[in-house]
Amino acid sequence: MAQYDVELILMRQLASGLSVPIVLFGPKGDVLFYNEPAEPLLGLRYQETGPLTADDAQRRVRLTDERGREIPLADRPTATALGRQRPAHAQVWLTAADGARREVEVTAFPLLAQAGGLLGAAVMFWERDAR
Amino acid sequence: MNVTFYGTRGSLATPGRATQRYGGNTACVVVRGEDGSMLVLDAGTGIRAAGRSLGRDARRVDILLTHLHMDHIQGLGFFGPLYTPGMEVHVWGPASSTAPLDTRLGRYLSPPLFPVLLRDLPCRLHLHDVHPGEVDIGPFRITAQNVCHPGPTLGYRLDEAGAVLTYISDHEPALGADRFPAAPEWTSGWELARGADLLVHDAQYTREEYPSHVGWGHSSLHDALAFGALAGVRRLALFHHDPARDDEALSAAVEAALAEVRPSFSVTPAAEGDSITLSSVVGCSPLPRGAKGEST
Repeated sequence: MAQYDVELILMRQLASGLSVPIVLFGPKGDVLFYNEPAEPLLGLRYQETGPLTADDAQRRVRLTDERGREIPLADRPTATALGRQRPAHAQVWLTAADGARREVEVTAFPLLAQAGGLLGAAVMFWERDAR
Repeated sequence: MNVTFYGTRGSLATPGRATQRYGGNTACVVVRGEDGSMLVLDAGTGIRAAGRSLGRDARRVDILLTHLHMDHIQGLGFFGPLYTPGMEVHVWGPASSTAPLDTRLGRYLSPPLFPVLLRDLPCRLHLHDVHPGEVDIGPFRITAQNVCHPGPTLGYRLDEAGAVLTYISDHEPALGADRFPAAPEWTSGWELARGADLLVHDAQYTREEYPSHVGWGHSSLHDALAFGALAGVRRLALFHHDPARDDEALSAAVEAALAEVRPSFSVTPAAEGDSITLSSVVGCSPLPRGAKGEST
């Protein structure tokens, strides 16, 4: 068991204190953490799943367009944040692990350390008709 | 490996009769390797005396800065070896995305705050921006990691032939941790401290003081003890004493915390002048001077 970088630890702490659904990704696309507000959106409970591999996360939660077509991995905001190290935003349909489908806005930004290096990405979700 | 405390106080130097026992100088710890190599951890006001302890034959000294807050660099300009022509002085400090170490240190070591410029020092000065990772200095394998404290701040793990010292002078592990102290992989500094023979760790506040200082980057005594237990250290030296706490109050606070927690490892409040020897084979030796408030 290895310790996470302190920037990720602090990002998790921040996410834990916010009401906005946030998912914290590692540099290779693994889901390291998601906060409580993200749980109903994803249809998952972090206490039960713990961290998820990228493959496992993609199997459980689907991102599609309004017609239900799968959004290619490379076109997703998380991929932009991790791959190009740029922030990205998109409006998509999210099908949760429990089958619920919601229209959401997704904003992802890379977590870049002061000393350089990509640590992961933080991804915020906003349900379109939530507020 | 021998570890000697030259400054144990946090935030502000506090000389005077009321702090004679634990000392009033700010952070500075000297580590000597078995071959005589000298590392200095932080350059608080204690470094002035530390500079005088360098042997006459010494040609090199390395200073590892955890971060650039004033109580960790204020003594740097008064470190004698900087003024010794030919002396090789290496200063290592946390990398930042805003400016290199020489620029950031130069903000203090330049007029009007200080009369001598870094570039005018007669020693052979080398400045190193430290990124998280490992580096070898003399007999020491040094691991640096960012730790939870405002601004770029490093903790250091020094390993000499299996003897391990972890130095995390300014640290608030409870801030970022998930259910502290329950999840080690989500606890800042845990990997640095894991299984250390000696952990020197921030313990600035009492448990009662901590809630009004959350986010300031420091630990309560109870959190320092919990962190030591989580990391499975063999010995903990409580460090970065609050400048508002005199000797009597510090002893009382530590004794109360130890009586309540009853840690399974040795604990002592770090005091100026105290030395601890870590053996590469059998772990720690006893404190040569009277251990203060020690619990085993």
